[in-house]
Amino acid sequence: MTQFLSLLLNGISLGAIYALIALGFVVIFKASEVVSFTQGSLLLLGAYCIARLSDPLGFYLAAAVGIAITALAAFVIERLIINRLRGAPVISLAIVTIGVDIILLTELVRRIGSDILNVPHPWGGGSVRIGDVGISENRLIAIIVAGLLIALFFLAFKFSSWGVAMRASAEDGETAALMGIRLGRVSALAWVVAGILTGVAALFLVGSPTPGVSPTAYSVALRAFPAAILGGLDSTGGALVGGLLIGMAESFAAGYQDDLLFLGRGFGDVVPYIVMIAVLLVRPSGLFGTRELTRV
Amino acid sequence: MLTVDDLHVTYGGAVQALRGISLQVPDGEVVAVLGSNGAGKTTLLRAISGTLRLQSGRIESGSVRFDGNDLRARDPAQSVRMGLVQVPEGRRIFGRLTVEENLRAGGMGSRDKAAKARAQDRVYDLFPVLRERSSQRGALLSGGEQQMLAIGRALMASPKLLLLDEPSLGLAPRIIGQIGEVIAEINRQGTSVLLVEQNATMALGVADLAYVLDVGEVSLSGKARELAQTDEVQRLYLGHDGEGSGDGAPRTRAASGRKLSRWTP
Repeated sequence: MTQFLSLLLNGISLGAIYALIALGFVVIFKASEVVSFTQGSLLLLGAYCIARLSDPLGFYLAAAVGIAITALAAFVIERLIINRLRGAPVISLAIVTIGVDIILLTELVRRIGSDILNVPHPWGGGSVRIGDVGISENRLIAIIVAGLLIALFFLAFKFSSWGVAMRASAEDGETAALMGIRLGRVSALAWVVAGILTGVAALFLVGSPTPGVSPTAYSVALRAFPAAILGGLDSTGGALVGGLLIGMAESFAAGYQDDLLFLGRGFGDVVPYIVMIAVLLVRPSGLFGTRELTRV
Repeated sequence: MLTVDDLHVTYGGAVQALRGISLQVPDGEVVAVLGSNGAGKTTLLRAISGTLRLQSGRIESGSVRFDGNDLRARDPAQSVRMGLVQVPEGRRIFGRLTVEENLRAGGMGSRDKAAKARAQDRVYDLFPVLRERSSQRGALLSGGEQQMLAIGRALMASPKLLLLDEPSLGLAPRIIGQIGEVIAEINRQGTSVLLVEQNATMALGVADLAYVLDVGEVSLSGKARELAQTDEVQRLYLGHDGEGSGDGAPRTRAASGRKLSRWTP
């Protein structure tokens, strides 16, 4: 039982981080109609900046600047590339984002080299015990911060002018434009929001129990992609549920892998994709996705 | 005052949708534009509101001016800020947003909070049913209510000139009558209206001036009341009994085969 609760808690914390990244996917998809594969390298960019800047700037300032740089990078990608390709087929746009992702990733991997950069989290690598259940402090703080951020996001999405403009243009861009809503601005802002969410995810992902910043952090963002897909690519609530589901599935598969030895070691890494495929076979547009995603 | 002068528009560089249209909407008046499908009515509105580009359309020559400002280089957001707001064909309300959020979206073009609050009161006074249903999703409204929401949403931007694209489309005759009254009331409150319609009875009933479009050209124009008396409008748009009614009208149209029929330009 203790092991179960511990795995559950760790799964939730991992899931909260996935949910942050998945929300970024969804916001971008809704605002720009782009399936963005840039999140992986943006995550690594955030982690890299935070790690490199921690020395000269101190942790908190480095975290703020790192998140800002991630958001800025997302903004620049939107302005320089995505905005100019408005109206291009969804497939071309997706491929373009893969291209951007590879360029950014290659440069980051070159810079990181074979080092493992450490982010000196002030809360260190310690762990807390709640009853018998242990969790690393970093992951516990991740749950709290991600929870607050996600709540803030949903409130803004529901009540702020940005949220209304965003939902209106996601539903019918041309009509939203007729109302004086600037689609370019909505799209750019969505990328900035996604960049911030990804930057925050990076901040927690490179702390305990994960060993520092290495190119493997990239694959984590890729696991957030099944989270967004299985929730329904155009559903913000779906991204949250999908993220938690994937996080928990991964945590349990890794935790109970001794019982699952017939599947081989390292099974936890592929579980997100298996869950995604299983869900999509039953519900092709995800748990909460709109059935018809193409606009007439 | 809106002035369209010798306007030529093509789509995709090939299809000529407008071939030299000129018309005027004087301040404080309701101007109707009649025409059958494909006459260029919607294209005309797109050229005015600046949404042509979204449909890969292009103004080849001619000018569109509003209060002396050239509209050709403006995007829709700038047009809205100048006081030109379009209600799109088929209502196109945001079905997943509530009625109130739809209205909020309509006011996005301006930052003047006081003006938006006034506009919202005005909309709720014009359409009390929208106040009752303010927290319902737009998709749950009836067709007539959706049309009222679409008009209300446009009024949120406090337009000087309201562009209406076939507000009667798909509505019951009684509702069409109400829409006509609403247009007259909006006009009384000081907003000019450019009304594009196939329902000539309603349009000529509320309009001061009217134009008839035929395959991208103005074929008739004049005072709405006088136009309603002309043979061509009677025959093509009002039918025999003065109502654009059912099956009889198209047959007459096909049989006549004259210069205003749809198939022989």
